[in-house]
Amino acid sequence: MTNLDQAASARRLTLPGRLGSVGQAYGALIALIVLVLYNVLFTPNFLAAQTLNINLTQVATIVIVATGMTLVIATGGIDLSVGSLMAISGALAPIIFLGKLVPLNPLVGTALAFIVPVLVAGLFGLFNGVLVTTFRIQPIVATLVLFIAGRGIAQVVTNGNLQAFRNPGFQYIGLGRPLGIPFQAILMLLIVALVAWVMRTTVFGRYILATGGNEAAARLAGVPVNQIKRMVYVISGLLAGLAGLIVIAINSSSDANLVGLNMELDAIAAVAVGGTTGGRVTIVGTLIGALIIQLIRFTLLAQGVPFAVAQVINAAIILVAVYIQSQR
Amino acid sequence: MATTSPTELRAGQQATGRVRIAALLQRQGALIALVLLVLFGALRYEGFLGGYNITEVLRYNSMFGLIALGMTFVIMTGGIDLSVGGVAALASVLAALLSPYGMLPAVVVPVLAGLLVGLLNGVVIARLAIPPFITTLATLLAARGMALILANNASVSVDSGAGFASISLGSVFSIPLPDGAFNVTIPLLVLLVAYALGSLALNYTRFGRHVLAVGGNEEAARLMGLPVARIKISVYAINGALAALAGVILAALTFTGLPTEGLGWELSAIAAVVVGGTLLTGGMGSVGATLVGVLLLGLIFNILNFENGRGVVSLSAYWQSVIRGVFLLVVIILQNRLAGRRQ
Repeated sequence: MTNLDQAASARRLTLPGRLGSVGQAYGALIALIVLVLYNVLFTPNFLAAQTLNINLTQVATIVIVATGMTLVIATGGIDLSVGSLMAISGALAPIIFLGKLVPLNPLVGTALAFIVPVLVAGLFGLFNGVLVTTFRIQPIVATLVLFIAGRGIAQVVTNGNLQAFRNPGFQYIGLGRPLGIPFQAILMLLIVALVAWVMRTTVFGRYILATGGNEAAARLAGVPVNQIKRMVYVISGLLAGLAGLIVIAINSSSDANLVGLNMELDAIAAVAVGGTTGGRVTIVGTLIGALIIQLIRFTLLAQGVPFAVAQVINAAIILVAVYIQSQR
Repeated sequence: MATTSPTELRAGQQATGRVRIAALLQRQGALIALVLLVLFGALRYEGFLGGYNITEVLRYNSMFGLIALGMTFVIMTGGIDLSVGGVAALASVLAALLSPYGMLPAVVVPVLAGLLVGLLNGVVIARLAIPPFITTLATLLAARGMALILANNASVSVDSGAGFASISLGSVFSIPLPDGAFNVTIPLLVLLVAYALGSLALNYTRFGRHVLAVGGNEEAARLMGLPVARIKISVYAINGALAALAGVILAALTFTGLPTEGLGWELSAIAAVVVGGTLLTGGMGSVGATLVGVLLLGLIFNILNFENGRGVVSLSAYWQSVIRGVFLLVVIILQNRLAGRRQ
């Protein structure tokens, strides 16, 4: 048998295996396409601009938070605090632009209302990162601290009161429609593209994968593991802070009891469905995962299935998706 | 053979003494903190150690105690169970719906339902090898959805005519104390029996040793021939049943089945387990320590109420979660430092 024959037979052998792996690699994408097709055929007005915008508006915050969560999970960690950090940033922004703390020029106030809350959320993310690295506390426990205390901080800051406001400049982040597209959807795409690019082409991206793949080996190879881990928690915090601003801008009010509630669950589910695990990352997968979760919810509600039943079906689909992903 | 000089010997003894204190602090730190907190409360607030306050604190925290007990076993195997809050909500709805048919179905059916959810968790985790975190996240959503469906998106009243309500009102026996008698209520009795059984199971049965072996080193446990899958399925099933029992007590305490209650209970339970001193990595743990953790976190709320009652400082109820979070932070950092020094 010549070498050529061997190569040919090897190729033949792997063909069915390859078909199987296509199913796994693109399983989430196929599911998304099926969902979209189903809706195009059976949901009236699914392709109407209004329906598309509603879906985009609702999915944008999940995607933004889930992108940060993807990086954290890729290093082998988890971030339970994202919902609470959203509540903190959502509580801070109105305090700033309403001038409750110090009276500010409206323009300066609005600008600061974008910057300060996001930075504060980033600092809390750094706090998570320090607990995980310097104090070597397991991520799930370390971020549990702010999951519990974070919402409390937001509630204490606002005394649990609803802050209602009208500030078109600030609310552009949630209500703006450049070219008819929701502003936060554009923001979401920019963030996804930027992070996907970082993961694919930069050393930082490689380091994240190395850290999640085999931490001890990465350390020995000279990867600044602790620094990388702190960075991903900071990024997760920053993105959660941004998502908090979008949510309160849409609602024209900030309720510390509700902003970002259960967001950690949605984000983790999106990442899991997308196929990211420690050492393997797919930002586009996370985007697809979040879209799937959003579309399932939308489809079931559009078909008149009660929210509660939709939740049960959602749970089953997450399990099936993760099972398929884990078979790789 | 080299002789050891007396100074060297003394230095060694001091070192082991310090190590021993560190070990003691790590193991009993929560207990010491609890004793200090109780002393603080007793000296500062009138009625803190009164029968009424003790009865209420223990009655209310019995729910969290039951969930944290099951969670301790799950965590000792190296797993985690996020579904408990949803299971408790589901059980409270089932108990309320079945309350007109008498005590027995209103208790047994919800507990069986919780057991089933737990079994499902365990089978998926052990047989399909899906991570516990994801599996129980999905069943959390599913259980909460089921609760909402059964309750028709509203809370369900408990039938007051049937015997079910007596679970919360009934007192097994009472001990007279200043400021009202201390009643051993049925929820408290259930809690005490559960912890006694849990402690016996962990320390004196083969099952308990197996749980620790699986958590310590799953591969080694498998190679030793332990039925790893069966052990894992058992701990999730037990946790599901205990969470459901907590839900039944919730229905009895509030006279309602509450499909939306139990938000964040899973994380409170995990916090209590961690504060007690059980490591999340599995392989070690103590049932009594978890009870201490539950009481510690529960007392923070109680003391906050008393402090506000004095009127010197006024802290809104929202401070509760901030203080709990800070407390959890201090405990995990201390434990970490102490564990590091012992090695």
